[in-house]
Amino acid sequence: MAGPIHTQVNGKSRAFTSEPGTSLLFALREELGLTGTKYGCGEGQCGACTVLLNGVPRRACQLSVNDAAGKSIVTIEGFEHNGQLHPVQQAFLDQGAFQCAYCTSGMIVSSVALLQKNSDPSTTEIVQALQGNICRCGTHPRIVAAVQQAAKAMHRSTPQGSVPKGSGP
Amino acid sequence: MTAAPTKLVLEPERYEFRSNALHHFSLQRREFFKMMGAGIAIFSVAANAVAGQESGGRRGNRDQEQPKDISSWLHISDGGMVTVFTGKVEVGQDTRTTLSQSVADELRVPLSSVRMVMGDTALTPFDMGTFGSRSTPYMSPQLRRVASAARDLLLEQAAAEWKTAADKLVVNDGKITNPASGATLTYAQLAQRKTLAREIPDADPVTPPDQWTIAGKPAPKVDARAFVTGQHQYTPDLRPANLLHGKVLRPVSFGAALVSADLAAAKAMPGVVVVRDENFVAVAAPTERAAEKAIAAIPAEWKSTPQTSSGELYSYLKKNLEPDGEHPQPHEKGSVVNGFAAATQHLEQAYNVAYIAHAPLEPRAALAEWKDGHLTVWTGTQRPFGVQEELSAALHIPKDRVRVIVPDTGSAYGGKHTGDAALEAARLARAANRPVKIVWTREEEFAWAYFRPAGVIEIKSGIAADGKLTAWEFHNYNSGASGIQTPYDVANQRIQFHPVNSPLRQGSYRGLAATANHFARESHMDELAHAAKIDPLEFRLKNLSDARLRAVFKSAAKTFGWPRKKTQTAQGFGMGGGVEKNGYVATCAEIAVDQNSGDLRVVRIVTAFECGAIVNPDGLRNQIIGANIMGLGGALFESIEFENGRISNPHFAQYRVPRFRDIPEIEAVLIDRKDIPPAGAGETPIVGLAPAIGNAIFDATGIRLRNLPLVPRGLKPLKTSA
Repeated sequence: MAGPIHTQVNGKSRAFTSEPGTSLLFALREELGLTGTKYGCGEGQCGACTVLLNGVPRRACQLSVNDAAGKSIVTIEGFEHNGQLHPVQQAFLDQGAFQCAYCTSGMIVSSVALLQKNSDPSTTEIVQALQGNICRCGTHPRIVAAVQQAAKAMHRSTPQGSVPKGSGP
Repeated sequence: MTAAPTKLVLEPERYEFRSNALHHFSLQRREFFKMMGAGIAIFSVAANAVAGQESGGRRGNRDQEQPKDISSWLHISDGGMVTVFTGKVEVGQDTRTTLSQSVADELRVPLSSVRMVMGDTALTPFDMGTFGSRSTPYMSPQLRRVASAARDLLLEQAAAEWKTAADKLVVNDGKITNPASGATLTYAQLAQRKTLAREIPDADPVTPPDQWTIAGKPAPKVDARAFVTGQHQYTPDLRPANLLHGKVLRPVSFGAALVSADLAAAKAMPGVVVVRDENFVAVAAPTERAAEKAIAAIPAEWKSTPQTSSGELYSYLKKNLEPDGEHPQPHEKGSVVNGFAAATQHLEQAYNVAYIAHAPLEPRAALAEWKDGHLTVWTGTQRPFGVQEELSAALHIPKDRVRVIVPDTGSAYGGKHTGDAALEAARLARAANRPVKIVWTREEEFAWAYFRPAGVIEIKSGIAADGKLTAWEFHNYNSGASGIQTPYDVANQRIQFHPVNSPLRQGSYRGLAATANHFARESHMDELAHAAKIDPLEFRLKNLSDARLRAVFKSAAKTFGWPRKKTQTAQGFGMGGGVEKNGYVATCAEIAVDQNSGDLRVVRIVTAFECGAIVNPDGLRNQIIGANIMGLGGALFESIEFENGRISNPHFAQYRVPRFRDIPEIEAVLIDRKDIPPAGAGETPIVGLAPAIGNAIFDATGIRLRNLPLVPRGLKPLKTSA
């Protein structure tokens, strides 16, 4: 029988004992109780289960728990530090960028991933990055606005600032 | 437990709701205060609070006596916290926030002092359900009345204490002040002195909208932080100790009967419980994965019968009227025969509307737990009391042993009126004697939920030489009667809804048939305007005396810049609008067609909406824009396809819903009428979009599209004449 699968989840060492082949989504939710990552389709089509795997946005429903061995995972629960929200979370709050909010975890994780790669995304780049995330309530314009707000806030909080890309909306 | 063999009854829902509102609740005052602690309580006794039902109904309980029941209640604790109880549920429409605003406003307390307990059959008063845009027009004034009565009671207490008249006192920010003496008492202090309860009739006056202070202004979603941190627990997120995960064996096709199922292999799996109850076969296992494996290990034989397919849907609908004699009478006005005789131009067209899925991102889910013969079910439903009845009937236990709790839910759009997952989880939990959770897969959600009805709509009309309508004949087959009446001035009308034996399970949807009926009517109005060679806005206004509807058409047109000159080829402008559930809407759309690819792009949408006095402008904007975006799917590409009893496109990869790239520039124009009581706003803003886009496509290409969805495969297969 295979031993536990060692990973880092939200900065802490965690060992999964779920049966090999269990989807990372179910392992996170059932074994670790991290239910902020949502099941929306189980087909990699809706983005509700998006997590960061070694910093890259991935659909947890399309990964098996084995794929996470030796890697670091960040879920929606990993963004708040000492009561301080991540700028993307704060921007979603400020913009009221959710209705039923079932898609919100995945939207925030995908947005964080985008801003880590591209600190000053254009509207087109935001749309591109979030194309795989479904929002059925139709809150898309506010989500785009929230990502723009977060980009500005993160730019301000970076000591040396980021290099403007000249690709703004 | 003595369990007689239980037959699971998964009743298909039709347009209306069979829940007979009886006396569901008898929480004694002593129990109430035991639960809530000391303080002040107000109970509103409403005779007519639950009157009315979603339009389109025909088997409803209109004739039955409405319950004279306690419709809502409110408690002020000795700490000054206000707790309000309502059977309404929060499914993303932000009713939790708007109802809290109304209570805070009426009670003169900060919004943060109000806590809403919603959708719990053991704690909240009976409510028929959260649908039909009724929370704002019905529940909001009810809660205002209990809040107002609580304020009066507190004033009386303070007045008695200070031996003065209540009308000499000032109430503000959770406290009462005596201007003469400068003395102040907080609500908390008053609630500490005496435990009091009062019943009030439901007719007391409430604060008029022009004097609102908290309502009428933007308010952020209550508990918003829990949603951006992943802390809010939707039904699928609940994880009690000893939990088992359930899975149901689905039939091979609709209407299939189970001939045999070999349960041995599944039963042999460790920790797996297997249930067979007539056609219902299901398993419960320690993990989701183990449940998937167990259900896959059950070989089963089904007997299928031939079923209708989507290719023959529209001819089927015309040929399969319900024979049960309950057909609604046509709406008749004047004489259409005379009206057609008076016309100089006639037009006769048919419009088709496909079945579509709600596809809420949180699939149907339920957690069921039995304790000492009592059942508790957590589930995302719009009708907790309806689901309580379903559970009671299907499991043969008294209703007072069934409690249904609705966690704030990951959307519904009219799709969660039934308790399908609740029944399944409850049946399994009884067999397993452990809590069981069922979360439908996306495929199950697409295949085994119910759909927005498909329909065929036929319109015959006539106009005189001056462009005035003389005759209007309108027949809707199956899709429903919501929004079927024309708001235009026509002396001679015949309008009829024809119920059909639907080949698929169908039910409510955001706006119900109002989308289909508005699509047909407003497309037809556009055709008539072109036939009469009159600008479509002018043509509508020429035939329209309803001032509120005229106002939204003019308002949308003004913001949109109607009439607009084309600045490029294959560009088009269109409009559509109407009135439904006391909400007035007009939408203008700009579209562009890519000459090479034939791709259609919706460029810009302007929707003007008026629903009386606005309670929360921020939430309203979210609802209007959200309705338009959701409506893009049904207008452009959403369609359930089915072949001999199976859904052919039960995945997001095949069933296309609007995504970020599909979203145009959208403006919501809000018209605030402080002089009119607020109406609901979750549904009606969706109805103008599809005809506005269809009419814009005609403007751009000369192609008239009369089916929803308009362009499931883009415009490529069509010839463009632009």
